Amino acid sequence: MQLRKIGALIRKEAKLEWRQKYALGGMLLYLISTVFVAYLAFEGIIPGQTWNALFWLIMLFAAMNSILKSFMQEHENRHLYYFSLVSAGEFMAAKMIYNAILMLGLGIIGFLVFISFMGNPLVAMPLFLLNMLLGMIGFAAILSLISAIASRAKNNFTLMAVLGFPLILPLLLLLIRVSSAGLHGASVTDMAADILIIVLLISISIILSMILFPYIWRD
Amino acid sequence: MPGINKNEHNMQTFRKHWWKFLGILLIIWVILGGFLFEVPDLPVIRQSIRNIYFHVGMWFGMIFILFVGVVFSIRYLLTNDPEADMKAFAAVRTGLLFGALGLITGMLWAKYTWGAFWVNDPKLNGAVVGMLTYLAYIVLRSSVEDQDKRARLAAVYNVFAFVLFFVFIMVLPRTASASIHPGVDGNPALATGDLAPQMRIVFYPAMAGWFIMAWWLFTILFRAEKLDARINELKDNQHTEHG
Repeated sequence: MQLRKIGALIRKEAKLEWRQKYALGGMLLYLISTVFVAYLAFEGIIPGQTWNALFWLIMLFAAMNSILKSFMQEHENRHLYYFSLVSAGEFMAAKMIYNAILMLGLGIIGFLVFISFMGNPLVAMPLFLLNMLLGMIGFAAILSLISAIASRAKNNFTLMAVLGFPLILPLLLLLIRVSSAGLHGASVTDMAADILIIVLLISISIILSMILFPYIWRD
Repeated sequence: MPGINKNEHNMQTFRKHWWKFLGILLIIWVILGGFLFEVPDLPVIRQSIRNIYFHVGMWFGMIFILFVGVVFSIRYLLTNDPEADMKAFAAVRTGLLFGALGLITGMLWAKYTWGAFWVNDPKLNGAVVGMLTYLAYIVLRSSVEDQDKRARLAAVYNVFAFVLFFVFIMVLPRTASASIHPGVDGNPALATGDLAPQMRIVFYPAMAGWFIMAWWLFTILFRAEKLDARINELKDNQHTEHG
């Protein structure tokens, strides 16, 4: 696996995304709209647990939409072209890394939008930020392979949700638990066990995705 | 059949299907022994502990048959043998049935011991996630028309989903601060020290019986699928010959 090729692929993705600014803009607008709806629905300050749950739900939906889009936006013929240039592993690695970067950006912006509308009940910022970082990478890790599968079938968006939700739930529950602890002022060391499990989940997902993607690639 | 008398035929049948008879006997034993034999009378749980012979066996049977499914999915990915894909599909459907049975027996048990059909508990949530995951597998299969593509996508999803599912039900509940569902610290069902000797005589055969039932159902579903495919193949051949 050549790092240079992976780097080139990632740059290509970024350029594509930047060229079609409406896609990025669409994602941002989606974030702002959903947070705004939540803000209106809750009419002001909300209790910590709800804040936590809402944040993760909104980020989850935004993640699902953007990761699926990243697999769908290219024409079938383009895939054949890539097939001849890079190996499946390189392609998947590039997609996952790009998705992770995209997710991190989305996460930070989402977090800022969220605090501006819904207030900031956080006490332990480092724990929350670390958790968010891991969470976003985790979404990318698990949802990338699922998007690859869903993009090859009919009913893509429905299928993405149907396939993605059960598999993302374990990660989501862990993330909610850790950030909820962050709300009450726990430190990173307190939640070290849970964080390790999150890292474990992410590693397993990445390894499995790398092993399994070549079998989908052969279309 | 010329050249083979009735007794020999029966003997051959028995040799081939002996394990099915064993499965039936074991389940009958479980039903009789489970309800008639003595059980220790523990507080709260009392007589409902007899559910152990059913609920636990069904869940482990589900995990066992889902694992079998993953083995066949991997084999499909490596060999592209359509039979492997049919077996994986049959295994998932069997797993879903046993999961549903496990859920029903679990909910009944919960009502009598914890007072509600459902509680917010990591092990139970894991069970639901498992069912959703495999129902999604069925949805995935029906979303793809091309046979090879369907088999391949389904196989990839099956492997990915099973690993994540397994991690979810085995690893997570052990770290949860408290799980009301028994078996958090050691064996997921109960530590072997916990099982009273008079219960072991029904419990172990129960496990064997449920495993055999799961496997039997799996083979039936697979054979039905195979026959269906063969019928369709013959129908297609017939059309092309006449056309």
